[in-house]
Amino acid sequence: MRVLIIDDSRSVRLIVGGYLRDEGMQTVEAADGQAGLEQLRHNPDVRLVLVDWNMPVMDGLSFIKAVRAEPAYRSLKIIMATSESEQSQVIRALDAGANEYLMKPFTKDVLIAKLHLLDVFEE
Amino acid sequence: MTESDYAFFCGWLKDRTAIHLESGKQYLVETRLSPLVKQYQLGSVELLIAKLRTGGDSVLQTRVIEALVTNETSFFRDHNPFEALRKQAIPELMEARKTERRLSVWCAAASTGQEPYSLAILLRENFPQLMSWKVKILATDISREVLNKARSGVYSQLEINRGMPAVLMLKYFTQHGNQWHLNDDIRGMVDFSELNLAGSWPAMERFDLVMIRNVMIYFELETKKRILSRIGALLSPHGYLVLGGAETTYNIDDSYRRVEIHKTGFYQRR
Ligand SMILES: C[S@@+](CC[C@H](N)C(=O)[O-])C[C@H]1O[C@@H](n2cnc3c(N)ncnc32)[C@H](O)[C@@H]1O
Ligand SMILES: [Mg+2]
Repeated sequence: MRVLIIDDSRSVRLIVGGYLRDEGMQTVEAADGQAGLEQLRHNPDVRLVLVDWNMPVMDGLSFIKAVRAEPAYRSLKIIMATSESEQSQVIRALDAGANEYLMKPFTKDVLIAKLHLLDVFEE
Repeated sequence: MTESDYAFFCGWLKDRTAIHLESGKQYLVETRLSPLVKQYQLGSVELLIAKLRTGGDSVLQTRVIEALVTNETSFFRDHNPFEALRKQAIPELMEARKTERRLSVWCAAASTGQEPYSLAILLRENFPQLMSWKVKILATDISREVLNKARSGVYSQLEINRGMPAVLMLKYFTQHGNQWHLNDDIRGMVDFSELNLAGSWPAMERFDLVMIRNVMIYFELETKKRILSRIGALLSPHGYLVLGGAETTYNIDDSYRRVEIHKTGFYQRR
């Protein structure tokens, strides 16, 4: 399974990518929402996106809205992974179309538990 | 710590909790006791153990036990057992209990409450019919400290992040600063009380579901046998036993049979 990791922090992409590759997943990366949309177009086999909220060019919330506006991406699963932790922000992210919400910082087992919730291991 | 101190300590702990420490775990004991040594200004772990040898006060004894037990837990731990409950075990139990309209559950090593509360949320979320049933969830643990936290229903961001689906977090918790407070409605579904699995048990009613996960791994064979047989006597004929991922009744108590549900081994009486 291929996962797209969108985060403006290179070290976050490195660490999270490592966690996912340990689990046998393939990863592609982008440093902002706009670049994330490009990656989606080039990698139609992406099934899951982990997206940061605060990024230059296009933030995570706008990315989610843009993705959800396209019927072709309806079954794409999206986790908002961010240091934003206000209840109201969780609500905004889910309303925009995120399937799950992960508060930074998180450990590998916390990430894996979220992936189980999305049934991504069934494939 | 000397060999003889370690041997004394292992025996002391086992008498009180059934927890069996393997040889060579001196380092673990020293690490876990050192905060207490500081707090009680005892100077060294040796002196703390000397205090235990002469009895020590009961508060200190409790603190030592609480320092030694592993309380690690998470919401919907391991995921699959909860899917198995949702998809098959709970519907089956409800069918078996449809005339009495009562369901009774025991979480026998509940730690800080994530396990019984996950179950309570699962029931509320998927089986609204149960609102008109008599549903009892008893959650016990040896440690008063974890039970107090469990009763409070207050969890940190790290704890809520671990296994709690975002949608259910929004639905059943309220945020206060960095803490997430479980709603009273769900809190009220679970009764917490102190119970040492290795000690004497109070009179208990029959249970339809017993979850005793990730605690018997710390016990010796004889203790596991005794506990499984006592649970067997409390389990209703259609009842399910749920163990931790690395635990089994196999070769310990063959009056149970394994039932495979949603990639998870559940157990029933033969
Ligand atoms: C690792 S936690 C497991 C929590 C939960 N069942 C789970 O699987 O996530 C183990 C718990 O067992 C409790 N425990 C250890 N010895 C016990 C005993 N003799 N009687 C009752 N509880 C005990 C500890 O206090 C701790 O909270
Ligand atoms: Mg960022």
